[in-house]
Amino acid sequence: MSAEMLAMSEYGRDPRKHHFSPYADNGGTTIAIAGDDFVMVGSDTRLTNYSGILSRNQTKVFPLTEKTMIASTGCWADVLSLYKDLQAKLTLYSQEHHDEMSTPAIAQLVSTVLYWRRFFPYYVSNMVIGLDEDGSGVVYHYDPVGHMEKLRFSSAGASVAQIQPLLDNQLGALNMKDAVPPKVTKALAHQLMHDAFISAAERDVKTGDSCIIYTVTKDGVAEEQVKLRRD
Amino acid sequence: MTKDEDIDEVHTGFQFDNLARNNMLVSRGIQMPTAVKTGTTIVGVVYKEGVVLGADTRATSGDLIADKNCDKIHYMQPNIYCCGAGTAADLEMTTQLMSSQLELHRLNTGRQVLVRTANRMLSQMLFRYQGHVGAALVLGGVDKYGPALYSIHPHGSSDYGPYQVMGSGSLAAMSVFETRWKPDLELEEAKLMVRDAIAAGIFNDLFSGSNVDMCVITRDGATHVRPYEVANIKGKRLGKYNYKRGSTAVLSSNVKKIEIVSETVKKTPSSTDESMDTA
Amino acid sequence: MNIEAPPLWSNGPKPGLFYDFPGRSVGQSLVNDHAKTHTMYPTTTGTSVIGIVFDGGVMIAADKLGSYGSLARFRNVERIFKATDEAVLAFGGDIADYQFIREVIEQKVRDDECGGYSKQLDAGALHSWLTRVLYNRRSRFNPLWLDCVVAGFRAGKPFLGFVDKIGTAYEATEVASGFGQYFAIPMLRSAREKKSDGIFTQAEARKVIEEAMKVLYYRDCRGFHRYMVATVTKEGVTIDDDLDLKKDTNWDLAHLTKLL
Repeated sequence: MSAEMLAMSEYGRDPRKHHFSPYADNGGTTIAIAGDDFVMVGSDTRLTNYSGILSRNQTKVFPLTEKTMIASTGCWADVLSLYKDLQAKLTLYSQEHHDEMSTPAIAQLVSTVLYWRRFFPYYVSNMVIGLDEDGSGVVYHYDPVGHMEKLRFSSAGASVAQIQPLLDNQLGALNMKDAVPPKVTKALAHQLMHDAFISAAERDVKTGDSCIIYTVTKDGVAEEQVKLRRD
Repeated sequence: MTKDEDIDEVHTGFQFDNLARNNMLVSRGIQMPTAVKTGTTIVGVVYKEGVVLGADTRATSGDLIADKNCDKIHYMQPNIYCCGAGTAADLEMTTQLMSSQLELHRLNTGRQVLVRTANRMLSQMLFRYQGHVGAALVLGGVDKYGPALYSIHPHGSSDYGPYQVMGSGSLAAMSVFETRWKPDLELEEAKLMVRDAIAAGIFNDLFSGSNVDMCVITRDGATHVRPYEVANIKGKRLGKYNYKRGSTAVLSSNVKKIEIVSETVKKTPSSTDESMDTA
Repeated sequence: MNIEAPPLWSNGPKPGLFYDFPGRSVGQSLVNDHAKTHTMYPTTTGTSVIGIVFDGGVMIAADKLGSYGSLARFRNVERIFKATDEAVLAFGGDIADYQFIREVIEQKVRDDECGGYSKQLDAGALHSWLTRVLYNRRSRFNPLWLDCVVAGFRAGKPFLGFVDKIGTAYEATEVASGFGQYFAIPMLRSAREKKSDGIFTQAEARKVIEEAMKVLYYRDCRGFHRYMVATVTKEGVTIDDDLDLKKDTNWDLAHLTKLL
């Protein structure tokens, strides 16, 4: 085992030299694709630290309201805390207004909450997905300190460098001559998301075990789980 | 008595001048190239009539899987094989160099090479490089003294024993041997134990994966089985991703005429329909 | 008036001052900094904790060694305690931080009892609570240097959860901290996969825990042969606090590792 390999693992470090780091990289990959009347979001279910697997069955997509979800990867401690904070804020809002917060309002809220921690950031890659006031699908993508972008499709987390080019090409028709973006149907979104996770699990050590795909429509949220490689 | 000045003039052995230079370059913010590592689980166990070696087949470069089916069990001699973990290039070159050194040794002595000889030569080579050759090895074989198994660390220390493990998955693999090993194993018991040890690494260590490779060495020779078991099946994609002809944009084109100055066609006696196409 | 006593031993602390552990840079000295300082490294430590879910309950184990650096200093430290009839907790990491959080939890349980709450804290509630406490402390850069395993019941179902010093929290059917992550987890997972239904009986759970503790004793330099096991079932909590592995270990192998 080389020195670098050793340094990557917790047990490989000099036993006397403990140092405190408030952050950890717990892996995970998320993908979101919006359609005219639906939005699909998925995550793998592997939770890691150093060179080990903490859990093989941990979703990284969380419900916020009936028609809005958040997909978060990165430092798992921050993911949990951010989600708890958002849940509290949304509960207060709904009790004050006797109504759920709309997806665009939640998107703005997430940006604000992230920027509040500008100088001690939540080390998290977030996507907010949901149906807007017209009932059409939207994806909002964030950087860790609250920069927000509204998109039709996006990916985040460990395998983003492998998946985003695929989506750009297949959904955005980028880097092709005379190609037009296809109509995003549920079947197409599902196929791309499924294949993207299969391929990411082939080449990324931090993506695997299984993936959960959620489909949000006006009728509610449907859930599907697909097995991935476990090595 | 040698004076200090005299020592300065002696230039023998290895120089590590480039090390200081490289550290200086890194400290000035220059990025060093990243090497492919075999994160790796490798093991070996002695049984009644020989040695069983095992390895996973994943090579990584950071979090990326660089090779899904690499060969980590290297040939040393007909009676000696060596599993490697660490920097892929170092392992490849170290094992190639050592197998040729051992072959020369065999020709010089006219005898089958001893496993302890291979161990000593590898240890001494790695020690000379002070750990900068990042090779962690499990060396196994059978010679006139019977089966022997060693593990060799990158700095040149080596262990001898009835079971050995190396690599980032070594702890997972070791848990199998610590619970199940016993003296005088039968071949099938040893193979199952090696399989389970490698599988423990494959499924629990992120930097080990794909298949189980195995090599059984007895007095009668070695059998290198690759793969011994396909532990992970590639997922099936739903879609087909073929591109229409002309999808790649042509930015500019420039046609140049190639003038053929001379042309020779030779008919050789052996050229038949079956000859290899070397065009 | 400045009477300075000499250090207690060479390179050691002067009377009344703290021992500076080797490997720490000079600027970090605890005594010379006037700014407020925090636990940035552990002092007396406990090693791995392991736990698994079985049919109708949860079982956790931890050895009884309190290490002071590489010194095996305290040989009878309890790192598992019963919080309520539905929750036991086990800790790895800094023993002082463990003893602190234990007192806080015990006081919480007493407060609930005196307050007359009918619902006692279960494992799910304590796990969630620990997540917040540890995350808050890490956010203030004053961490509780702990790996916590919470075992028991949540809403009547077996629960096994983990929280570390920065607030990383998850639930699983097998958890482990420290070296247990690398040695015990593969053992527990493969033992479970060998069962067709993936469910251990209590006896099977006990056996696999014992095997894992044995490997940790063999292979972890900070491991120890005396250990505790806590079992939580519907009937309540049982803690075996005087278990010993020594009689089950086998060192015959030592004779076979002589270099030829």
